[in-house]
Amino acid sequence: MKLLADKRYLCRDIPPRDMPSYVVAEENCAMSLGWRNRSGGLDVRPVFSEVGTLSRFRLPFLGLPALLLIGGCDPVVLAPAGDIAMQQRDILLQSVVLMLLIIVPVMVATVIFAWRYRKARKARYEPDWDHSMHLELMIWSAPLLIIVCLGAITWAGTHLLDPFRPLDRISRHTRVTEEHKPLVVNVVALDWKWLFIYPEYGVASVNELVAPVDRPIDFRITSSAVMNSFYVPALAGMIYAMPGMQTQLHAVINKPGAYKGFSANYSGAGFSGMRFAFHGTSDGDFDKWVDAARQGSDTLDRATYLDLERPSENVPVRHFSSVDPDLFEAIVNMCVDSSKMCMNDMMAIDADGGLGIAGARNTLPVSADSRRGPGAVFGPQPSYVGSIICTTDNPSGLVASDLPRPGVPPIDAEFNRPLLQTSTAASADQSDS
Amino acid sequence: MFDSSFSQIVFGRLTLESLPIHEPILVVTFIVVAVLGTALLAAITWFRWWGYLWHEWFTSVDHKRIGVMYMVLGIVMLLRGFADAIMMRLQQALAFNGSEGYLPPHHYDQIFTAHGVIMIFFVAMPLVTGLMNFVVPLQIGARDVAFPFLNNFSFWMTTAGALLIMASLFIGEFAKTGWLAYPPLSGIEYSPDVGVDYWIWGLQIAGVGTTLSGINLIATIVKMRAPGMTMMKMPVFTWTSLCTNVLIVAAFPVLTAVLVLLTLDRYLGMNFFTSGFGGNPMMYVNLIWIWGHPEVYILILPAFGVFSEVAATFSGKRLFGYTSMVYATIVITILSYLVWLHHFFTMGSGASVNSFFGITTMIISIPTGAKLFNWLFTMYRGRIRFEEPMMWTVAFMLTFVIGGMTGVMLAVPPADFVLHNSLFLVAHFHNVIIGGVVFGMFAGISYWFPKAFGFKLDPFWGKVSFWFWVVGFYVAFMPLYLLGFMGVTRRLRQFDDPSLQIWFVIAGFGAFLIAIGIAAFLVQIFVSIRNRKALADLTGDPWDGRTLEWSTSSPPPAYNFAFTPVVRDNDAWWDMKRNGYARPLEGFRPIVMPRNTGAGVVLAGLSLVLGFALVWYIWWLAALCFVSLLIVAIGHTFNYNRTADFPAKTIADTEAERTRLLADAGVAS
Repeated sequence: MKLLADKRYLCRDIPPRDMPSYVVAEENCAMSLGWRNRSGGLDVRPVFSEVGTLSRFRLPFLGLPALLLIGGCDPVVLAPAGDIAMQQRDILLQSVVLMLLIIVPVMVATVIFAWRYRKARKARYEPDWDHSMHLELMIWSAPLLIIVCLGAITWAGTHLLDPFRPLDRISRHTRVTEEHKPLVVNVVALDWKWLFIYPEYGVASVNELVAPVDRPIDFRITSSAVMNSFYVPALAGMIYAMPGMQTQLHAVINKPGAYKGFSANYSGAGFSGMRFAFHGTSDGDFDKWVDAARQGSDTLDRATYLDLERPSENVPVRHFSSVDPDLFEAIVNMCVDSSKMCMNDMMAIDADGGLGIAGARNTLPVSADSRRGPGAVFGPQPSYVGSIICTTDNPSGLVASDLPRPGVPPIDAEFNRPLLQTSTAASADQSDS
Repeated sequence: MFDSSFSQIVFGRLTLESLPIHEPILVVTFIVVAVLGTALLAAITWFRWWGYLWHEWFTSVDHKRIGVMYMVLGIVMLLRGFADAIMMRLQQALAFNGSEGYLPPHHYDQIFTAHGVIMIFFVAMPLVTGLMNFVVPLQIGARDVAFPFLNNFSFWMTTAGALLIMASLFIGEFAKTGWLAYPPLSGIEYSPDVGVDYWIWGLQIAGVGTTLSGINLIATIVKMRAPGMTMMKMPVFTWTSLCTNVLIVAAFPVLTAVLVLLTLDRYLGMNFFTSGFGGNPMMYVNLIWIWGHPEVYILILPAFGVFSEVAATFSGKRLFGYTSMVYATIVITILSYLVWLHHFFTMGSGASVNSFFGITTMIISIPTGAKLFNWLFTMYRGRIRFEEPMMWTVAFMLTFVIGGMTGVMLAVPPADFVLHNSLFLVAHFHNVIIGGVVFGMFAGISYWFPKAFGFKLDPFWGKVSFWFWVVGFYVAFMPLYLLGFMGVTRRLRQFDDPSLQIWFVIAGFGAFLIAIGIAAFLVQIFVSIRNRKALADLTGDPWDGRTLEWSTSSPPPAYNFAFTPVVRDNDAWWDMKRNGYARPLEGFRPIVMPRNTGAGVVLAGLSLVLGFALVWYIWWLAALCFVSLLIVAIGHTFNYNRTADFPAKTIADTEAERTRLLADAGVAS
C-alpha cells in the first residue's frame, strides 16, 4: 500500500522516446487518398494499418512539449502514458500540422499586406480590382484539399479510436493476442465520487482505480444521478457517465505510475472534489492491491450502495472486500432498490406494447428520506415505477404495490391485480377482433 | 391570521429568506447598485429627462434609436458579465494548496452560469441585433424596418429578459447548472430552487424578442430594398444580416420548444428528460445544441459582415470576391445546421456518427477560409488607412485564424476526446467569440458611431482600448490553451496541483488588462461626447464610405432618405460619388412615418412581472399578468393613430440645414 501513498500527483519526467512524433502530413494524406483510389470505398482498415506504421516517418518533435517543460508544467495530453491517449495525441498533432500549412501563410500574408499597402507607403493601388478567377480557385481549393486530408484522417481515426471498440494493440509494437484477457472495471459516477467495481476479483473501491500495466482495460461506465464524464488524461480520452445508460471505454496503460482522474463534466456542488487516483502497476502489485482490498471488512451490497449513493464531497479512498455480483447491472438499470422496476424490464415491456393504464398506475411514491427535492409544483408526488416480482409462487409476476410495504399507502384496489394477466387478456381481446 | 398558507398564496415561495442578506459579496453589490441606481434616477429626475427619454427613446419606433438602445443594453450587460468573469478568474487564481478561494460552490456555480448566459444572450445578441437594426435599413435605402412597432416590442422583451436575470442576483439565486442547464442536473430533483426557473423564463421572454426581430429584419431585407438593389447588389453586411436572421427564425423556436419541455418537467412533473420514466436527458442535449450551434453563427456572421464593410472602406477598394463572399455566407448558414453533435462527441455516439459530424464541422472552415482570403485580397493593392475599425479588423484576422484552427482540432473526434470540456475548449470559444464577435462589434461601433451621433469616437482612447483588449485577450486565454493540454477541466472551483497556479494568475492578469480595455472604451465615449465639436462629422461620410448609409446626414433624419436612392452597383454610394451624383435640393414630398407607441414597454413590463411570478409560484399574479398581456396586445390592435406625417416643408427645412452643414464642411452638395 506504500505505492498508493507516495506517488500521487507527482510531476513526472517525460523520457525522450515518448516525445510526440507525427507523420509528415502530406505523406499521410497521400497514403489514405492513394488507398481510396485503389479500393474505391471508405473502409477504414487499410488506413488503420498505415496509421499503425507511422513510426516509419517519425520525426523528432521537440517544439511545444519542450517549451512547456521549461514552463514547469506537465502537458499530459501531449505526453500521455496510455496507448489510446498516445494515438489521440498523434491525430491531434497531425491535424495541427495540416492546418498550419494554411494558417501560417494566411497570418504572414495578413501582416505583409497590412504593412505593405498602408496608406503612407503609397504602394500600387488598384481600387477597382475585385476579382480573379485564379485566386478564387486557389482560395476555395486550398482549404478544400486540406479538409479532404483531414477528413480522411478523421474518418479513420474516429473508427480506430472509438472507445467502444476493443483494443487491437497494446502499444505501438505489441498487438493484442489471445493471452491478453481484458480487465473489466465497472465505473459508477456518484454524487460526488467514483465507484470502481472489479467483477473478476469481486472487489470495489471508491476514488481509487488500479490497473496492471499493458493489460487491456474494459471500462463499463454509468452514473447514479446526473451526468459526469470519466477522464484519465494520461490513459485515454473521456467518455460521459450518464444515468440509466452505459458507455464503454477500452484503454491500456503502458507505464507504471500514479495518474490523475476526475469528472470532466460539471455535476453540481461537489464537482471540484470529484477526483480519483489512477495507478498503473505491475501485475504483482495489482494482485497485492486486490489481496489487500479483500482483507477489508466493508462489503458492497445493495444497502451499502444506497447509502454510498447519497451526496458527499471530497470522499477519501475506500475499499470493499466483496461486491454483490448483480449490483452494477442494477445500477445501470436504476433498480438497486429492488422495489423499482429495472429499466431493461421496463423497455422490454414497452417494446412488447406496454401495460396500458395499469402500467401507468404501477407507481410508488419516493420515500421522504431518499427524495432530493419537493417535486414539480403541479406534478404528481415524486414516484417511481414499481417492479414486477416473479417468484416460484407467482410466476406471472405481481405488482410490487401488491406486496405489503411499511409506510406506503395502498394503491387503488381497481388496479390491484397481476399485471401480466391484464396484458395477456388485452392482447387476447385484440386477436379476437 | 397571517399564516404560512396565506403568505404562500400571496407570495408563492418568495420569503424573507430568499433575499441573500447573509452573503456579504451580494449585500455589498446590492448597496453599490442601489446607490448608483438611485443616483442615476435622481439625475434623470433632476434634469427632467424622463419626458425626453420616454417620448424620444423608450417609445420610439425609429430603427436607429432602437439600434442604439440595443447597443446600450449590450454594453451595460457586458459590465455585469465581465464582473462575473473577473470573480471567476480571481477564485481560480486563489483556490490552490487547500485554499477554498473566496467563493463557496453555491455562489461560484451561479457565477459561471450567469457569465455564459449573460455574455451570449444579453451582450453578444443585443450588440449584434442593435448593429443590424441600425445599419440594415440605412444600407438598403429604407426609411425604417418592415414592422416598426414589433421592433420596439422586441427590444423591450430582450430587456425584460435581461432584467429578470439581473433580478436573480438579489432576489433568490441564479441557476447552478452551467449556461446550457443540462438535465438531470437542471431537473426539479437536483435543482429544486428558483435558479433554473429564472434561467428558463429569462430566456423565454428574451427569446420572443429575438425571434420577432429576426422575422422583422428578414421582411425588411427581402421587401424594402431600394430600387435597383437586387439580391446580388446588397452590401455584404446586409447579406450576413439576412443569413443571421434566417438562422434566428429557424433556430430560436427550437430553443423555445426545449425550454417548454424542461418547464413541463419542472412544473408539471412530466418526464421528457428524466431516465426513470422513459425520458432521456440526451434528447435535451441534442435539442439545445440544434439551437446552440446555429446560435454561434448568428453571432459571428454579422461580425463577418462588419469586417467586410470595414476592409473595403479602409482599403479604399472594392471588396474582393463579392460573389464568393455571398455564397460562403450562405454555405455557412446551411452547414451550421449539420454540425450540432460535435458538442458531444464524448457522449457515446458511434464512430460513423461522430465522423460525419466531425467532417461536416471541418467543411465549414472552407467557406470561412475563403472569407478570410477575400479580406486579405481586399487589402492587397489597396490604400489602407489604419483607423480604429481597421485595426480591429486586422487583429480579428490574426486572432480568428488561431480560434478557427483550434476549432477544427476539436472537430476531429479523437482529438476532442482528450480536449472536450477542458480549458482548451474554453480558450477556443473565447478565441472565436472575443476575437470574432467582440472585435467585430468594436469595429462596427467605431465605424458607425459617427453615423449614429454625428461625431467620431476619440482615436486616442480607442487605441488604448484596442491594445488593452487585444493584448489582454492573449494574456488571458493562451494560458488556458496550455492548461487544456495539462488536462485541466472547466468549471472547477478548486485545484489540487500547485504547479497550475501560475497559469491561472497569468490568465487573471489578462482579464485585468481586458478590464482596462473596457474602461478605456467607456472613457473614449465620455471624452468623445465632451469633444464632440472637434470630432464632428458634418458631411455624413467621414470614412469615404461605399454604401448607402454614408449618403445621408450624420445622424440621419428620422426618415433616413428624403428621396429613395436608386442603386446601380453593390458599392452604391461609391458609384454615386464617382458618377457625379447631385443631392436633390427641391421637389420634396411629404413622408409618412410610423408613430411612437408605449405599448411595447407595457407588454414587456407585464411579461417581466409574469416571468417573475412564474419563477416564484405566485399564481394569482401570473394569471393577472397573462390576462393583462392579452388585453393590452388586443387593445393595441385598435390603435389606428399610428402614423406621423412629415410635411414637405419640414423635409425641405431639414435638407436645407444639411446643405448648410455640407457647405461649412467645404463639400459641394
